[in-house]
Amino acid sequence: MIALSDYLILGAILFAISVAGIFINRKNVIVLLMCVELMLLAVNINFVAFSHFLGDSAGQVFVFFILTVAAAEAAIGLAILVVLFRSKRTINVEDMDVLKG
Amino acid sequence: MTLEKLIFYVLAAVVILSATMVVSRRNPVHSALFLILAFVACSGIWLLAEAEFLAIVLVLVYVGAVMVLFLFVLMMLDIDIAVLRAGFIKLLPLGIIMAIAMAAELILIVGPENFGLQEYAAPARHAADYSNTEEIGSVLYTVYMYPFEIAAVILLVAIIAAIGLTMRKRPGAKYLDPASQVVVKRDERVRLVSMDAEKG
Amino acid sequence: MDNIYLTIILAPLIGAIIAGFFGGTIGRKGAHWVTSTGVGISTLLSLFVLKRFMFDGEAVFNGPVYTWMVSDGLNMEVGFLVDQLTAVMISVVTFVSFCVHIYTIGYMADDEHNWPKTSLAGRNSYQRFFSYISLFTFSMLMLVMSNNFMQLFFGWEAVGLVSYLLIGFWSVRPTAIFANLKAFLVNRVGDFGFILGIAAIAMYTNSLDYAEVFAKAPGLADTQIHILGDTGWSLMSVIGILLFIGAMGKSAQVPLHVWLPDSMEGPTPISALIHAATMVTAGIFMVARMSPLYELSETALSFVLVIGATTAFFTGLIGIVQNDIKRVVAYSTLSQLGYMMVALGASAYAAGIFHLMTHAFFKALLFLAAGSVIIGMHHDQDIRNMGGIRKYMPITYWTSLVGSLALIGFPGFSGFFSKDAIIEAVHHSSIAGSGYAYVLVVAGVFVTALYSFRMFFLVFHGEGPRDEHAKAHLHETPKVVTVPLVLLAIPSVFLGYLTIGPMLFGDWFKGVLHVLPEHDTLGAIGEGFHGAGGFILHGMMGLPFYLAMGGLLVAWYVYMKNPAIAEKVKTTLLPLYQLLDRKYWFDEIYQAVFAGGSRGLGKFLWLAGDRGLIDGLAVNGSAHTVGWLAAVVRHVQTGYLYHYAIAMILGLLLLLTWFVFV
Repeated sequence: MIALSDYLILGAILFAISVAGIFINRKNVIVLLMCVELMLLAVNINFVAFSHFLGDSAGQVFVFFILTVAAAEAAIGLAILVVLFRSKRTINVEDMDVLKG
Repeated sequence: MTLEKLIFYVLAAVVILSATMVVSRRNPVHSALFLILAFVACSGIWLLAEAEFLAIVLVLVYVGAVMVLFLFVLMMLDIDIAVLRAGFIKLLPLGIIMAIAMAAELILIVGPENFGLQEYAAPARHAADYSNTEEIGSVLYTVYMYPFEIAAVILLVAIIAAIGLTMRKRPGAKYLDPASQVVVKRDERVRLVSMDAEKG
Repeated sequence: MDNIYLTIILAPLIGAIIAGFFGGTIGRKGAHWVTSTGVGISTLLSLFVLKRFMFDGEAVFNGPVYTWMVSDGLNMEVGFLVDQLTAVMISVVTFVSFCVHIYTIGYMADDEHNWPKTSLAGRNSYQRFFSYISLFTFSMLMLVMSNNFMQLFFGWEAVGLVSYLLIGFWSVRPTAIFANLKAFLVNRVGDFGFILGIAAIAMYTNSLDYAEVFAKAPGLADTQIHILGDTGWSLMSVIGILLFIGAMGKSAQVPLHVWLPDSMEGPTPISALIHAATMVTAGIFMVARMSPLYELSETALSFVLVIGATTAFFTGLIGIVQNDIKRVVAYSTLSQLGYMMVALGASAYAAGIFHLMTHAFFKALLFLAAGSVIIGMHHDQDIRNMGGIRKYMPITYWTSLVGSLALIGFPGFSGFFSKDAIIEAVHHSSIAGSGYAYVLVVAGVFVTALYSFRMFFLVFHGEGPRDEHAKAHLHETPKVVTVPLVLLAIPSVFLGYLTIGPMLFGDWFKGVLHVLPEHDTLGAIGEGFHGAGGFILHGMMGLPFYLAMGGLLVAWYVYMKNPAIAEKVKTTLLPLYQLLDRKYWFDEIYQAVFAGGSRGLGKFLWLAGDRGLIDGLAVNGSAHTVGWLAAVVRHVQTGYLYHYAIAMILGLLLLLTWFVFV
């Protein structure tokens, strides 16, 4: 039988990979966004696994909401990206330093 | 090893491999395509965990809509990949070390000694006539009514925001304004000129 | 009866309110009619009350009228205590006030000339003046009729306020503004002591009511309190001295006397009313009223005695060298207030009040006469420019003569009785300082005669006014001015003769003023008292009489017969002359020490405290620190998104590590 820990380990590995992705793809915003999606997926796997093993559908409802918010986030993030590209002609994170103190 | 377990491991391997590809590919288009693969494999895993509705939603919403949006934006933007890849090799060892450290620590927490079958027994399978969709729906429309409505509003806001952000007036484009066409008056279009009759 | 008392108090207040708020509407005539009527009603009722006490044996009234608040068992109320002392005081106050009201009609008639055309304050100044003096009458009545310390303090401050307003009445004159500020500030010093004294009383007796406090006072006579360190202080001495510090401010005793001469910047009617007859005697009245407290502390009595004697003699000396007619009278007032204080210090409270009463009349008379001269001289106040006015202003001359004779204590005039009684009382007193005081008050008689008649001769006798123009316009002042003079001259002559028996040696003040048997100096004199006539004969044989006559003769000889001597004395005794002319350098010392000191302190606090500590260290310092810190910390804020992301990831990693391994 598949143990709960199997799901959770899968989620952990997925999360670690996406953290590493954020780390090494630090200049490419669009890949950063994809890494964030991966992170959310890792979290969602955990939710679904717990929901399954505890017999509580609340976990799945939460996944549902996370999906909703993630979709909204992706849409707005990409829209910002488009606007950014229009004004700067690049999506290089290194060129975005207007917050510099 | 049961068939179920085999399927799980295969799918998990696909998820992990494609995730690795997502973060390591040169071309963001490839990354996006591997992300789609990761999502699809993941939805298979969710099917194993009896979350059929979410598995389908993941494929429909993520693969069908969000990832298509990603691809669309990727291809629309003229991205200089070479610049974006600079420093990739330099940071790779550090990233791997970090990933391993984090994964190791997380696994220490969620490993079999804490969340194994002894601690959490596998639940019994549902009957064939069980509907996961129905169960989620019955909870979603009763207990989670207000969060559900708020989620709907968030989506609406996201739609408006995305459109509002990306919309722009093109100076050269030509439009017809139906409103001004309807309210136009005769005086604005016709000019009566009285002229002397031609002589001769 | 309390309706009568309420009417006495409220009639001037109503007059003041009408004249003050509706002065523009009712006009000048309306203003002086309404205020004079109010004070007139008060005067008649006061005299009626006095008559009831004198002949009908009216009972003492002591009761609350209105409870203002009760806090922690402390009753604060408005109440009246009307006994023989109050009856005398309200009669004096209202009578003098009434005379001054009438006199003011003449004195302020052309007040608009004292204001610049454009001055807003000059509009309706005539009505305003009447409103103020009526308000003063109300405040003074509140003071003398109160039956508790809170109302006493209210009246005390209210008369101070009106005094401030009236000294600076001609607010376009810088000297007037300076003088009223000075009066206000010096009085603050006294009032601070006064309120501390009241606080001490409230603290130890838990009551503000006179009767209750006096009842509890003997039980506290032996109480010792510790103020600083372990030295024990007698509670009664502390209270007595603190209250007396208030009286020193209000009654202008050395060293808080400096405001009174300067207050002559105000119009003359108020100099007569406030700064001679009534307000400055509030301190005398207060100490007499507190006689049950003062009797319990010989230290406080000695203090009163010494301060009073010092004031009586040394301020009189200054009067000899002054040339401003009003200032001479002002220094004479200071000196006479000193005499009253001496009487109080010698436990001859009745003599103090008696002198207060006679002095109120003859000093108001002298002031009003001086004002009359000033009107005649077109507001020239320098006595060196006057002379020979006698033939131009006969009524003023004769009334001035009456006032001056009363002042120097010529036998038969009212001042004679009161002053002689004081000197005798000091002579019989045995408390510490009485020897010093006796020498000074006896010497003071000579000084009083000298400065009074120096002024009198210089103003009324000798060669006519120097200024021919002034001479041409010199004539007697109108009836509204001279009638009050005559009205005041009558009691200046007869009052002492008529009232010395019952007031000093009878039982008029029995049960009102408390004197311990061992302090009873008046009783000692009373044993030899056989009617006012005998008192006159006895007085004519005493040393003070010859000193007064000597002073009169010296004044006549030096200033009339042989004026060269005055100049000669002046040059030979130049240091002494300068000492007197500069008024012992009190003003200069106060300017340097207190004004300069507080300016220095202010400058120090400004530079070190405000600019250095608050601005420099606290405000700018913290801003600089924050700015410096921000300049350092801002380098952390690179603005690169991935730096923040990495910081987050590292933080997460650390948190996880802590979670797993700790």
